[in-house]
Amino acid sequence: MEGFALCDRPIDPAQERRRLSDPRAGGYAAFEGWVRNHDGGRAVAGLDYHVYPELALREGERVIAEARDRFDILRARCVHRHGELAIGDLAVWVGVSAAHRDAAFAACRYVIDQVKDRVPIWKRERFAEGTGVWINCATDREEETHEANTR
Amino acid sequence: MPAALERAVTVRIRYFAILREERGRQEELLRTGAATAAALYDELRGRFSFSLPAGRLRVACNGDFVGWDHALRDGDLIVFIPPVAGG
Repeated sequence: MEGFALCDRPIDPAQERRRLSDPRAGGYAAFEGWVRNHDGGRAVAGLDYHVYPELALREGERVIAEARDRFDILRARCVHRHGELAIGDLAVWVGVSAAHRDAAFAACRYVIDQVKDRVPIWKRERFAEGTGVWINCATDREEETHEANTR
Repeated sequence: MPAALERAVTVRIRYFAILREERGRQEELLRTGAATAAALYDELRGRFSFSLPAGRLRVACNGDFVGWDHALRDGDLIVFIPPVAGG
């Protein structure tokens, strides 16, 4: 079973959850990331996710493998959606089964944190008035110009 | 032959997210005298006014991350990775 997947259609959590079942498991922990209607005090109409598929799959699998190495877990999986998403849509699903809950929670947290930090997936916030902005990609050009001029 | 042309290579560049928007295309073939990935980004940023400085990006070659000092070879597929924002 691949541990990390991309999809351009709605994620089915019930189907993903079944992939984690294991007779040794005492439970599982999951995280769902949803598209919310605001960010930094501004109303958001939706999110557009872009992905570099080849590298996202490779890096995503590394994250899952690290989770298996670091925590006493049985199965781990992450599915990330891409394309145009609306408010309330499920953007990312992480699930981890383990014999005991501590490892399941910790590994689930590890996977979502690392995916957000390292996997080449980008999101653009769409605002109601039709404009948009790439998250984490803002630059202060004035500041940069100022630095260049005063060096 | 001038040294810069002698070591010129042809690389394919794929753009994602903000870089795709700023470049206005998904990919291109480029003949360049840049010796490293860092020099290539400098060249592209100068030509296309990309907003992000190299310090905010990572770079990948042929489907995996490489260092900015990666020596460009003919046929390399180069992708500059803007700050990611999955989740």
